[in-house]
Amino acid sequence: MELTFFQGLWFMLIFVLIAGYFVLDGFDLGSGVLYPFVAKGDTEKAVVRRSIGPVWDGNEVWLLTAGGALFAAFPAAYATTFSGFYLAIMLVLFGLIVRAVSLEYRGHDPKWGRLWDGCFFVGSLVPALLFGVAVGNVFAGIPMDANGDYSGFPLLGLISPFTLLCGLLGLAMFMAQGAAWLSLKAPKPSDLQARAAKLRLPLQIAAVVLFALVSVYALAVIQPAMDPALGALRWVFAVLVLAGIGVSLFFSLKKQCDLGAFIAQSASAFMLVGLLATSMFPNFVVASAESVGASLTAMNASSSELTLMWMTIITCVGLPLVLLYHVIIYRTFRGRVSDEDLAHY
Amino acid sequence: MDFLSDPVLLARVQFACTAAYHFFFVPLTIGLGLILAINETRYYRSRNEHDAAATTFWVKIFTATFVIGVATGITMEFSFGTNWADYSRFVGDIFGAPLAAEALLAFFLESVFLGILLFGRKRVSAKFYLVSAWLVWLGSCLSALWILIANSWMQTPAGAELAADGSKAVITDFFAAAFNPSLLARYSHVVVALLIMGAFVAMAVAAWYLLKGRHQDFAMKTLKIGAVVGIVTTVVMLGTAHSSAVVVSEEQPTKLAMMEGMYEGEAPDLYLFGWVDEENQQVVTPFSIPGGTSFLATGTWDTEFQGLNDLAKSEQYGALDVEGAPVNFVFQTYHLMVAMFGLIAITVFLALLFQRKGKIKSMKWLQRLIVVSPVFPLLAIQCGWFTAELGRQPWVVYPSATGPEGVSLLTNEGVSQSVSNVELLITMTLFLLVYLLLIVAWARVMGRFIKEGPVASTAPAEVPAGSDETASAIGVSDDLAKEGE
Repeated sequence: MELTFFQGLWFMLIFVLIAGYFVLDGFDLGSGVLYPFVAKGDTEKAVVRRSIGPVWDGNEVWLLTAGGALFAAFPAAYATTFSGFYLAIMLVLFGLIVRAVSLEYRGHDPKWGRLWDGCFFVGSLVPALLFGVAVGNVFAGIPMDANGDYSGFPLLGLISPFTLLCGLLGLAMFMAQGAAWLSLKAPKPSDLQARAAKLRLPLQIAAVVLFALVSVYALAVIQPAMDPALGALRWVFAVLVLAGIGVSLFFSLKKQCDLGAFIAQSASAFMLVGLLATSMFPNFVVASAESVGASLTAMNASSSELTLMWMTIITCVGLPLVLLYHVIIYRTFRGRVSDEDLAHY
Repeated sequence: MDFLSDPVLLARVQFACTAAYHFFFVPLTIGLGLILAINETRYYRSRNEHDAAATTFWVKIFTATFVIGVATGITMEFSFGTNWADYSRFVGDIFGAPLAAEALLAFFLESVFLGILLFGRKRVSAKFYLVSAWLVWLGSCLSALWILIANSWMQTPAGAELAADGSKAVITDFFAAAFNPSLLARYSHVVVALLIMGAFVAMAVAAWYLLKGRHQDFAMKTLKIGAVVGIVTTVVMLGTAHSSAVVVSEEQPTKLAMMEGMYEGEAPDLYLFGWVDEENQQVVTPFSIPGGTSFLATGTWDTEFQGLNDLAKSEQYGALDVEGAPVNFVFQTYHLMVAMFGLIAITVFLALLFQRKGKIKSMKWLQRLIVVSPVFPLLAIQCGWFTAELGRQPWVVYPSATGPEGVSLLTNEGVSQSVSNVELLITMTLFLLVYLLLIVAWARVMGRFIKEGPVASTAPAEVPAGSDETASAIGVSDDLAKEGE
């Protein structure tokens, strides 16, 4: 099967949506993972929650959009991954549910404060870890039957040294973004800001080390069949991943320009998804060696051309609006969290 | 037990429970979103700080409810892939697009402007805040539109054909699929029902304050808004309910037959209530209007509709198992919905009548009635969905009268092959625990908000307990600490 224009476009758009999610919800999931470690006392905790308060919901919509778009554009890939990773997806789901509610309820129900603090942390940690594990699986390959259904052991079959490494890489990136975000949004000078800023460096180093391990493991052990035409692009993305972290490190070390450090860290996360997309192309789900069913690709998993065309039209209308909304919300709530902001909590 | 080892049944029960739970919070958000926007419009005109306090009150209630709607809504989007993989493969070409569009065109709008409503009162202009309130409501209505497009397509497929290899439905006409035969009737029916729900909750909160003798001004204003929105939507409901029923009678013969307990072809009677004796295939009732339902659906008293037994013999509906069909259940939910509408109409009429000149202030019985009255629309909405979704069984994509040939799918052919009953039981246990936690937490927070009431924002800001030692540690809080000294 030849790849059509719309299939290629939607392969790219799915990964753009994933990248948007990774960058935006990345920092607020990361903030949630760091929450019990950097925020001491109720006021600091309120600062962390308030810093993501107006934006986390919109950030999470990127995940719903990516999920919906995968369903619409590549139904077979959506069906296989969501049903195949059943228990893992459900854990992510429960994490996101208790996390969302904890963010709204923590300030209104002080008696249950510790419960909600716990929900916020666990609800951030579980998705932040499992997203990487899921990506590791579709990249390394899973067994499928003729119908395209996952035929391995539920949940435990998805855990291998490689997929765990991918999970940890994702987690390290999320946490580095979270630390960069809190350094940018916490009042300065404050203990909270200082703690978050101090954590940036070790988290970034951890991310670089894990990135190297995952790359070496992938190339040496997994040995995926990567599209040779995209070789140069992969190198560009790989360099940009490291450059982003490098620039962020530089700003962190100079202890200035928290905004620059945050943007560079976010750009690095974006590039990492670019590297993933160019390494996966045209596959969404790779079939493992023992798999009966074939890999699910942009060609064989896609919807009809007419559907992809309408999806493109909807995106042309919707995406500019979405970007406008983001400009509005981030501009409205720019700057560091102040005392006045905390009145709500 | 059979139930525990049947993945199809477990998946159905899981979907039904999570959807019904989700749809407890959705009506509250869409309904109260309108009340909130109206309230903010009033404040924008009056600049009275009591009106601002009222908006803040509704924003808190709205947000605490909205967030559970969002959280439990993720379940729904995921569940098509997790529990209904073969369904997703069959309908993906048509069904996925509205879900993606919902996220892109509605969810972003709602979530971003809700952020402004929650945290932005002092950061944006009064006009922008007002616009935000209306945009949040618009976003929630748009979201309902996309989801009803998807759901209505399952009821009355259109603009599609069966793929050459028979494996899936393929789109042929986007607009025909989106504006399928039941969309407009069903969308207006649902949204109007949700607005009634919002009006009733607003009235109930107001009546509660009247009963307790607190916030009398707020209560009377809110009661008026609720009663006006309530009466308008109740009148409009007559039209949307009628057109929904007409669509069912035209497109979904087996559903209509279940709703009225029709086993044999007849000009259906109109029942107020009754019991379907499934064994003897007849409706037991002391009272009915002969040909009444026929009249409502078609305007004539003697239009015959096919009964379940005839339909089960036809080629199109041959998969129907008449003996196993949940006829009585659909009959009961449908008639309970209609009965609830009667109570809704009476309550809203009384509320409107007696809120004038404050007569209601001395009418304890009416106040009590209104306090419990949100149960009526809530039950009606839930019953309506059970009628709609159980009435289409055993199909998940229904072979409607005007639907394209071959574009239908049996429910038991839609489940995920790779998900076992053990996995389903694990997740159902988790759903039970998490959803129980959510509803208790929601009730606690609601109770707290309603106890606090709409207090003017000049009241001192609440500083979290135990923040004294951290307040100075955090630097910027120094000013606050000094003020305290």
